[in-house]
Amino acid sequence: MNIQDIKKDFAIFSKHPNLIYLDSTATSLTPQRVVEKLCEYYTTYNANIARGVYAIGTRATAEYENSRKIIAQFIHAQDSEIIFTSGTTMSLNMVAFGLRHLITSETNIVTTIMEHHANFIPWQQLCLDSHAQFRITTLTENHEIDQIALLNAIDNKTRIVALSHVSNVLGIINPLKDIIQKIRKKNPGVIIVVDAAQSICHIPIDVINLDCDFLAFSMHKIFGPTGVGILYGKSEQLEKLTPLFTGGEMISEVTSQCTHFRELPHRLEAGTPHISGVIASQEAINYIQKIGFSEIIQHEQEILKYAITSLQNNFGSSLHVYGPTDHKNRCGLISFTFQNYHPHDIATILDQEKSIAVRAGQHCAMPLHREFLHTPATVRASFSVYTSINDIDQLIDGLKKVDAILSTRK
Amino acid sequence: MNIYQEDILDHYHHPRNCGILDHPTHKTSANNPTCGDDVSVTLIIKNDTVQNIKFTGSGCAISQAATSLVTEKILHMPITDVLSLTKDDIITLLGVDVGIGRITCALLGIETIQKAITHGKITTNEK
Repeated sequence: MNIQDIKKDFAIFSKHPNLIYLDSTATSLTPQRVVEKLCEYYTTYNANIARGVYAIGTRATAEYENSRKIIAQFIHAQDSEIIFTSGTTMSLNMVAFGLRHLITSETNIVTTIMEHHANFIPWQQLCLDSHAQFRITTLTENHEIDQIALLNAIDNKTRIVALSHVSNVLGIINPLKDIIQKIRKKNPGVIIVVDAAQSICHIPIDVINLDCDFLAFSMHKIFGPTGVGILYGKSEQLEKLTPLFTGGEMISEVTSQCTHFRELPHRLEAGTPHISGVIASQEAINYIQKIGFSEIIQHEQEILKYAITSLQNNFGSSLHVYGPTDHKNRCGLISFTFQNYHPHDIATILDQEKSIAVRAGQHCAMPLHREFLHTPATVRASFSVYTSINDIDQLIDGLKKVDAILSTRK
Repeated sequence: MNIYQEDILDHYHHPRNCGILDHPTHKTSANNPTCGDDVSVTLIIKNDTVQNIKFTGSGCAISQAATSLVTEKILHMPITDVLSLTKDDIITLLGVDVGIGRITCALLGIETIQKAITHGKITTNEK
């Protein structure tokens, strides 16, 4: 994989040649072919979908449905099992809202302390509203899901188990296939929801093999546009969802007294969607497939290994990396604290001195930081196909600069 | 733009008016939950003027240095003037515009002080 060639695919690097972008976990950069596909819709077949019988309307509909097909194939789902949303957050909220009718004060929902707020708050609020039990299980000292605690928390009153595939803070890859098999043995009726926001760009996903009931992700973390998300669900599970939104395009018949909804996937896609974004999403998937997951994984593992080793060699115990140090169980992201310097100071100095973009804060995982890691905030550096060894060397230099500026040892 | 100028770093490493007053008339604390900065202040207000102020806190260099700078500025200031201090005044005091990403850090100190004045009066029982 030639990083210089890859960088040429991303126009932002020609506008900002010195940019060192280490925040792909927040959002990936966008290849020019995706930007061009967005523009193609507005300049070539700018029409609403599923309505116009005229040529450009038909073309827009065909392109939109082609994206659904490509994304379905990408995760080994049926086309009708792919629902377009605005992002992972909306996808998960649609499930939480849609399954309210199954949640009573007699039932419980199980999740872990590792979750991003998007896969935590919808379940917490659903339990509060329904007077159901919200069971949050802890992690092992290696920051892995405590499988014994998780399985102990699941009983015959459990209706939903919500799990992330990869932690956006710890980088840990959860062995979900194995965990889901164990959950099915304990309670075959439980609905298993997977937050794949952080895994979708780094691990090939096969929803049949994984055997989850729902899976959510965002296209903007996988080289696609912002504002497009995916909700995958097994057909029989999607049928259980009460539509969060009702309105145009999701109906087969409306009378003044009642409404009959359309078949899947349309009954869960009310209103005019982000048409250009959905259409451009197919180019994002094509881009990943052109590079290939084996190349992506190999590259990210090389960068990760180099980064962990460099950080340890240069800063020793003054820099603390959270999550497993075994890079094979980890995706391309590292959250750390450095000396007693505040993560926001570190991030600001890295930006102003080296044009390095990292994330500082709690990364939308406040319960994890406060109740498990016991740290107010961390710095997160995350990697993608355009990350080079030189970017890591610059990060090391930048952290030395941080130390020089903030240290009292002068 | 370098926001870590010498003056700011000096206040970060050597905060002024640091501590807790023995017999304050007003006190409160506040935090910025998204990044974990926190500031606690105690004040003695007499004749509607800040007679003394001390603060304790933890967090980023900007939040702690800005609080230290503000305590120096408002010492002996009428409370009506303290309450009318704005974001622009704090940026002027810092001597650098910290930008939209860090402005909440820079304002934590003044907001905590203003909250102490308006809502933090200590009743006789608390003393």
